[in-house]
Amino acid sequence: MSFYGLVDGSEKSLIHFLDQLSGVDQVGAEARAAMLATRSIKTSSKKWAIETAISMVDLTTLEGADTPGKVRALCSKAVRPDPTDPTVPSVGAICVYNDMVEIARTHLDAIGGKHVPVAAVSTAFPSGRASMEVKIQDTQDAINAGAAEIDMVIDRGAFLAGKYGLVFDEIVKIREVCGDKAHLKVIFETGELVTYDNVRKASYLAMLAGADFIKTSTGKVAPAATPPVVLVMLEAVRDFYSMTKRRIGVKPAGGIRTTKDAIKQLVLVNETAGPEWLTPNLFRIGASALLNDLLMQRMKMSDGYYASPNYVTID
Amino acid sequence: MTFEYAPAPESRSIVSIKPKYGHFINGSFVAGKKHFPTINPATEEILSHISLGGASDVDKAVMAAQKAYTKTWSKLTGKERGKYLYRIARILQERAREFAVLETLDNGKPIRETRDIDIPLVAAHFFYHAGWADKLDYAGLGHSPAPYGVAGQIIPWNFPLLMLAWKVAPALATGNTVVLKPAETTSLTALLFAEVCQQAELPDGVVNIVTGDGSTGAAIVNHPGIHKIAFTGSTDVGKKIARAIASTDKKATLELGGKGANIVFDDAPVDETVEGIVNGIFFNQGHVCCAGSRLIVQESIAEEIIEKLKVRMAKIRVGDPLDKNTDLGAINSKEQLNKINELSAVGDAEGAERWSPQCTLSNKGYWFAPTIFTGVTQAHRIAQEEIFGPVLSVLTFRTPQEAIDKANNSPFGLSAGIWSEKGSRIFWASQHLKAGVIWANTFNKFDPASPFGGYKESGWGREGGKHGLAAYLKNGKETGAK
Repeated sequence: MSFYGLVDGSEKSLIHFLDQLSGVDQVGAEARAAMLATRSIKTSSKKWAIETAISMVDLTTLEGADTPGKVRALCSKAVRPDPTDPTVPSVGAICVYNDMVEIARTHLDAIGGKHVPVAAVSTAFPSGRASMEVKIQDTQDAINAGAAEIDMVIDRGAFLAGKYGLVFDEIVKIREVCGDKAHLKVIFETGELVTYDNVRKASYLAMLAGADFIKTSTGKVAPAATPPVVLVMLEAVRDFYSMTKRRIGVKPAGGIRTTKDAIKQLVLVNETAGPEWLTPNLFRIGASALLNDLLMQRMKMSDGYYASPNYVTID
Repeated sequence: MTFEYAPAPESRSIVSIKPKYGHFINGSFVAGKKHFPTINPATEEILSHISLGGASDVDKAVMAAQKAYTKTWSKLTGKERGKYLYRIARILQERAREFAVLETLDNGKPIRETRDIDIPLVAAHFFYHAGWADKLDYAGLGHSPAPYGVAGQIIPWNFPLLMLAWKVAPALATGNTVVLKPAETTSLTALLFAEVCQQAELPDGVVNIVTGDGSTGAAIVNHPGIHKIAFTGSTDVGKKIARAIASTDKKATLELGGKGANIVFDDAPVDETVEGIVNGIFFNQGHVCCAGSRLIVQESIAEEIIEKLKVRMAKIRVGDPLDKNTDLGAINSKEQLNKINELSAVGDAEGAERWSPQCTLSNKGYWFAPTIFTGVTQAHRIAQEEIFGPVLSVLTFRTPQEAIDKANNSPFGLSAGIWSEKGSRIFWASQHLKAGVIWANTFNKFDPASPFGGYKESGWGREGGKHGLAAYLKNGKETGAK
């Protein structure tokens, strides 16, 4: 087996590959992210950024209390985020638990949202603590129900124990299950990996194993998608592209609630991975509350004043 | 789809610039006789006219400073002096945006840097030294350390207000009074600082500001009423000052030029190192005496570092200094631009390979694209002489010892940087580098508590920290007052 001609899939080859990666200096990475956060995005560029961010939102509900009604409401929002303005783009995807995939897919198709994919969280999300058989079945179920995107979690316990081969094999297997039916996003739970060195290593493990996207967090652990974590992941996809000529997507998720936060993420993308990544095919933002703030800021840009929150829909 | 940042200019309405300025002597502005224009180097717009101070203006300022020293300032307790310094620091913070905009207009440096670095550090220097004012007897500086009297201070154009703060804050904290001359091309923030002194009700004559050129500076250096000189600027002028005071009892601190070595080992954290290289040489248009202007990189990773550096340099935003998204502003003066052009042409002639990213430079004002020269060796002039602009010379090494030898093989010794993830290598290298300031895995970080100064032709003495205080004090032993 060969993965991009870079590793042969054995633990030895993985360790060798990860060992030669440059370390991340924590202070320097945080300083760079903080500097980029000072970019001032105004007028036409702000309008563009809001529009783009809306199209990148993976509108998410991942609660024990999720019901078909709740999911259907979210689907309506995903297709037409602002019912009064058809020029607002649909979001990037709907992100739900496995058992809600079919409901979401059916409803989206029924309301003219065929273009909005459904993403399912998988592999015993959020902890990843289950047998491989269960994880495979979990993924297969989601795909059978119509999921076009699989957001899997890695086994953080294995990663922290240095069992990179195990983490890698799981991703490879889930990649096989996805086949050409679903895109694979690999969630690291960076709040549990803690160091930027680990984030960089996990990024390469996932990319080598066949991930289409690398994703920061489940949304269940804080800190989640902090700007320096996203910076390190964007550096990884940039450098992976120069090695393999394949662009891997990045999905920050968790803690991005305001338009300001979202624009900071877009600036990070623009000045790290580059403008080629500024498309929903290569950058998504996992969020729920963010969408309404984007819509309110969008209204403010066109009307010149902040409307009451009652002018955006709650779902 | 591209993400073009729309212009985001900081408003200049917060500053009001007078058409003409005098000197600040004995607590008030006095008209000068001759004037010269000061311009915005980004547009060549004339901002104002500055007085050209002559010997008589300097004399008046020194007399005022002497009087203030004898009658008021030396009579105050350290605690009382500290109150004035705290007050100045708070006013500087309150008026930070005004100072940042004015500094950017007059100097050409980006507003992001004046707003986030220069002005906050200025306030920090006053706060820091305010705290020392009443603790000098207990600072290990000898028994009852005493001020010299009147300090003559001459500052450069690269960090106009910050260099003023480095000079004025320790002088006042230690009980000296001051005659200060800002650089010819950047007097405006010093003159606004004079207003702050008035606002803080600092006693008249404690701070005096005489504007002018080199002749004004010479008059300060040679004035018999001045007991202590503090100079930041070129090594050439520093040498002239050293000669001028050689036969006097004047004390001096000199912060002069540099050709900082930024050493990158093969185990460096690559992405942050590239950031550090950019920060080392392109911060403040490279107008930094401690700039990391020589990149000394291990040959085995040189290619990777240069490649990534070029990608990063292509992202540097060059343009309107008042735009909040600008990374690299204007060169401070035509004279300086000529010098950068001259030395860069020397680099070409010596066979080094020049590279700059594509960037559009305005026809008006003074601009120079961020530039690197690769294939540079010790024998190149651009590896030896200070360019003082956004120009990096790249050299390589094979062994750690060779890196140290090359770094130290310079008449200067102001700063150095070490990039490595290996702690023991950082300690080893920092012990063997002959430089006053050494940064590890970072560059161009400043703090008032940290002494700053150079080896060899980079200067005499230290500024900042406890060491910086000592430069403004005679200790008990020296005065024989014990």
